This record gives sequence, structure tokens and C-alpha cells, in this order.
Amino acid sequence: MATAQLPLRPPLRSSRGNHVRRNIMNGLVTVLALGATALVILPLIRIFLYLLAKGFSSLTWAFFTQLPKPVGVAGGGMEQAIIGSALLLMIASVIGIPIGICAGIFLAEFGSRSSIATAIRFTADVLNGVPSIVVGIAVSALIVLPQKHYSAFAGGVALGIMMIPTITRTTEEMLLLVPGSIREAALGLGLPHWRSVLSITLRSASAGVVTGCMLAFARVAGETAPLLFTAFGSSMRSVDLNQPISALPLQIYVYAISPYDEWHKLAWAGALVLIVLIVVSVALVRYFVGRGALKGSR
Amino acid sequence: MYSSQGFILRVVKSNFQEEARLAEPSNVTAQVHLPQENTPSVSQAAPVSVVRAFLNGRGNSRGADEAFRGTMLVCGLSIFAIVVLIATVLVLRSNLSIHTFGAAFLKSQAWNPHPPSTAGVSDPTGEFGALPFIYATLVSALLSLIIAVPLAIGTAVFLTEMCPGFLRGPLAFLTELLAAIPSVVYGLWAVFVLIPLLRDHVNPVLAATLGWTGLFSGDNTGYGMFAAGVILAIMILPIISSLTREVMTAVPSTQREAALALGATRWEMIRMGVLRNARIGIVGAVILGLGRALGETMAVTMVIGNKNIIAHSLLSSANTMPSLLANEYGEADSSLYISALVEIGLVLFVVTIIVNAIARLMVWAVTRGTPDTVR
Repeated sequence: MATAQLPLRPPLRSSRGNHVRRNIMNGLVTVLALGATALVILPLIRIFLYLLAKGFSSLTWAFFTQLPKPVGVAGGGMEQAIIGSALLLMIASVIGIPIGICAGIFLAEFGSRSSIATAIRFTADVLNGVPSIVVGIAVSALIVLPQKHYSAFAGGVALGIMMIPTITRTTEEMLLLVPGSIREAALGLGLPHWRSVLSITLRSASAGVVTGCMLAFARVAGETAPLLFTAFGSSMRSVDLNQPISALPLQIYVYAISPYDEWHKLAWAGALVLIVLIVVSVALVRYFVGRGALKGSR
Repeated sequence: MYSSQGFILRVVKSNFQEEARLAEPSNVTAQVHLPQENTPSVSQAAPVSVVRAFLNGRGNSRGADEAFRGTMLVCGLSIFAIVVLIATVLVLRSNLSIHTFGAAFLKSQAWNPHPPSTAGVSDPTGEFGALPFIYATLVSALLSLIIAVPLAIGTAVFLTEMCPGFLRGPLAFLTELLAAIPSVVYGLWAVFVLIPLLRDHVNPVLAATLGWTGLFSGDNTGYGMFAAGVILAIMILPIISSLTREVMTAVPSTQREAALALGATRWEMIRMGVLRNARIGIVGAVILGLGRALGETMAVTMVIGNKNIIAHSLLSSANTMPSLLANEYGEADSSLYISALVEIGLVLFVVTIIVNAIARLMVWAVTRGTPDTVR
């Protein structure tokens, strides 16, 4: 018996040793990947919870209804910054949303495979990666330097530019989720192409497109760098497009690097407002993408 | 897909048949029997059918379609226009500095906006050089990559290949969320939590163990390039990890099945089947993270300490290109000073454009290739 097994033995043994080594390696890598995930996720969750806890403990009603108080006076809020952010975001939306959606329609409906669409897609992705401070400097050099004063309008333009690539890409994605059969049915019934795009495709994807806009909105709502030299900030209530204006992230920045405790509290409260905006829009986008973005499909 | 095409065909066919029937009610049988013979002459002579009249009455939509397509195209092209506009403005506004300093701007360490000799002059000249800021930008970005990349890839591997299904959704949602939190909020957190943590617990340990390299010597204020690297790592981790995950998901499952069928363990399957196929995309994701780290402004400005020097020690304060712009652009008072700052913006713009373009091409190479071909 033993002699019969001899020729088989060396390969068997080495393969068994090899097998053990491979299994150890496999287990090691699994542990490493698990460890990396834990090392990443747990601190990130802690950061997130810390931000929430700090924000909720600092948030008061006065935050929304009062102007900043001078140093040393308790209370005060960021009313002017909230109004300013709202105005800036309105200007940004007026510029960014139509251009973004139309560009997205072009990419999804007209040029899906053409080289010009690929080039636009590529440029949008690259524009998305341009640092926000560079956009701020460029808009500042374009609008603020010739006018010789900071203005809400310049801030809105900078934010609008930053919205476009995000909206374009999400609109395209959402439109492509609409099944081709719906387009074909619309065309088959004799609708002109433009009508089928607007009333059928865009309408079916409208929920997704709107949330895409919200996501872009929430992202630029937190942008500080492009506003530093365009909207500049102000401690007074203002809705004048030609005047410097305050914004929530700008105010958070100013208060965070100040040495006063009351201002730090306001900064945490402001951060919470921004985070809630982000959480809601990211959750909505995921919901609609997961659902297939189609209103009548289920 | 097939059923819908069938539906369209059927609709079109029945339309034609109806039209033909309406056009020549008396000729139905003849046309059915000999369609080719009488079609041209009859259709010219016959009165306009109801359907045809209806369609004609609707007018031709080609003009409207073309106009619509044109409008959409213009909006698409405006994205090009924006990039070109930004580049043009930056070049024009930095013209003065480019002509004054030339290529030496990138190599000089001088940063002296208000030399004493020009005190009182209405438009003082100064000396400007970008080297300290380029250095600090590169060092903090590389530091963040060293910290973030292994963790991000490990996380992506776990989430795509090992994670139980019920955890995958929430974890992916969490990373997406963290990628969207504003930079100023991370900065706020860093100022009040990260800086004290580094100053009191991490930096002393690093100085004691790695002090001999000279990288962790000098004053320990908590602020500095190391703090910037850490906060950047936290910020780019979700981005790299989610892109890597996307790329790995794009690898066809046949690759995994083939590796497993050959008796590979899970790690061997991941290494040979997944990572090998996705490697270009993963490198792209890392470069994209690098692009983010290079241009990140607010959080870095709040933790780096803002000193215009080149220091060997990572614990030393410095200024990156974006943080310099955030700190000084608002105070620049001479045309040369503004011009020099805009030129730094231009350098940053060019670098990030190149980095992003390379990264996008690499990610695209993986995610939009034909998924079923074996490489």
C-alpha cells in the first residue's frame, strides 16, 4: 500500500502546503480589507455624529431670526447669512439649472454617441474637477475687478458655473434611465421629436432630474471658496445684487477661525443646517435612482 | 426591446394599410393582388387621404426639431465656453506677472509684496515666487494619498467582494454622504477636534518614533502640513473609495467566475480577476482624488497655519496654492500682487485640468469599455 502511494506523495504534500499558504493569504487579506473598512467607516461615522450633536446643541430659534451680535454679547444669529445664501442660490439656479438641464438633454437625446457629446461630457467632468477657488478667482477677475466692488451677482455667477456640470451629468443619467420603448411609442404616435423629449422623456424622468438639481444646489450651498472674493460677506441684511452679501458657509468660516465661544456655537449651528440640506438631497437622489427614476413605472 | 420594436412595426404597418384602404376604397382587392403594378399611378391620381390630410395639417416639425436641437447644443457647448472663458480671464489677468517674472516665477521662493524700499509708493512692486506654495500643495496632497489610498482600496474591495448584501447599501450611502459634506464643515471639525488630537496625542508619538527623519521635528502647534494631509485624506477617502467601487463593479462577473472555477481562493480571484482588470480605473480614481486634494481650499486654509515658507518638517506651518489665494487675494493692493496671485490660480487651473483629464480617461477606459470582452 505504502509503496503504491509513494509516487503520489510529493505532489500531494506540496499542494497541501500550497493550499494552506493560499488560505492563510486569503484570510489575511479578508481581515485587512475588513480592518480598512472599519478604520474608515467608524471614524467617519463618529465625525458625522459629532457634527450632528454639536449642531443640535447649538441651534436655537434666534439663529434664524437675528443678526450677528457684537463680540461678548450672547445670542445673535445668522439671519443675514441665510437670506444671503438664499439670494445667491437663487441667482445660481437661474443660471445653472436651465443650462445644465439643456446640456443634459443634448447628451442623452441627441448626441449619445457622437464625438461632440463625448467632448462635452469630458469637459463637464473636467470642469467639475476645477478647484472652486479658481472659479472664484476667475469670476472675481471677470466681474469684480472691472466693477471695483464685490457683489452678490458675482457670487451667484460663480456658484451657477459650479452647478452646471453636476446637473448636466445627473440629467443625462436620469434621462437614459427612461426606457427606449416610451420614446418609440411617443414617436410612433406622431409626436415631433422635441415634443416627445419635453413632454414624455423629460417628464418621466422629472423626479430624478429635480433631485439632481437639488443635489447640485446642496453642493454649492456649502461652497465657500468661490464666494470669498465675489460675494465677500457682510454683517448687514441686504438683498441688493450690487452690494456685498453674506452667505452661510462664509459666515461659518469667519466664525470658526474667530477666538470667541459664542461665535463657535453659531458656526456649529450653521454647519448643521448645511449638513441637513446635504443629507436630504443625497437621500432623495439615491431613492430616485434606486426606483428607476420613473414616475409611472411602478 | 424586441417587443417594443415589434409594436412600432405593427403600428406603422397598420397605418399604411389603413391609408391605402382609405385612398382607394374600390381598388382594395386589386392592390392586394398586384401591389407593384398600380401603386405609382394610383397614388398620384387619388384624392388626399384623411390620414394624410391630418398629418399634413399638423405641419412639418423638422424646423421646430432643428431649433430645439440647436438650443440644446448651444447649452452643451456653453460648458466648453465656460472653461475657455476661465482660462482666458486667468491668462489676461496674470499677464503682468508672467511678463515681469517669466518662468522664474515657478522657481523662486521670494514672496515679498511690500518691500521696504517702496513704502509709500502708490502702486508698489514686489517680488513673487510660487515655489513654497507648489511645494506645500504637493507635499500635503501626496501625504493625503499615502494615508487614503490603501484604506480606500481596502474599503472598496470589502464593499464589492466580501460585504454581506444588507450592509452594502447603507455603507455606500454613507460614503456618498461624506463626499458631499462641505469643505468648510470639515475645516470646522478639524479646528476643534483634529488639531487638538494631533497636537496632544499623535504628533508627540510621531516626533518620538520618527523624529530622526527630521520630518516630525520643530514646534508642535497641531497646525501645519501634516494636519492638512490628514484632513485631505479624510475628505478624499470617500471619493476614491466610491470610484474604485464603481470601477470594480464594472468588471464582468465572468472574470470572477472563471477564476473561482479554476480553484482560486477569494483573494486570488480578487487579485487576478478583479484588480487586474480594474487597475487602470483604480489608478484613475486615485488621480482624481489627487486632483481634489490639490484644489481643496477651505479645510486646508483652516488647518495649515498659513506661512509662506518651505520647511522640511511636516509639522511646520505652510501655505498651499489654494490657501494662499484664500488668504491674500482679498488683501492684494498692487496690480503686480493681484497679477501674481492670479498666476498662481492659473498654475492651479492648468495642473488640475491635466490631472483630471488623465484621471477621467483612465476611469472611462474601464467603465465604458465593452464589458464582456476578455482582456
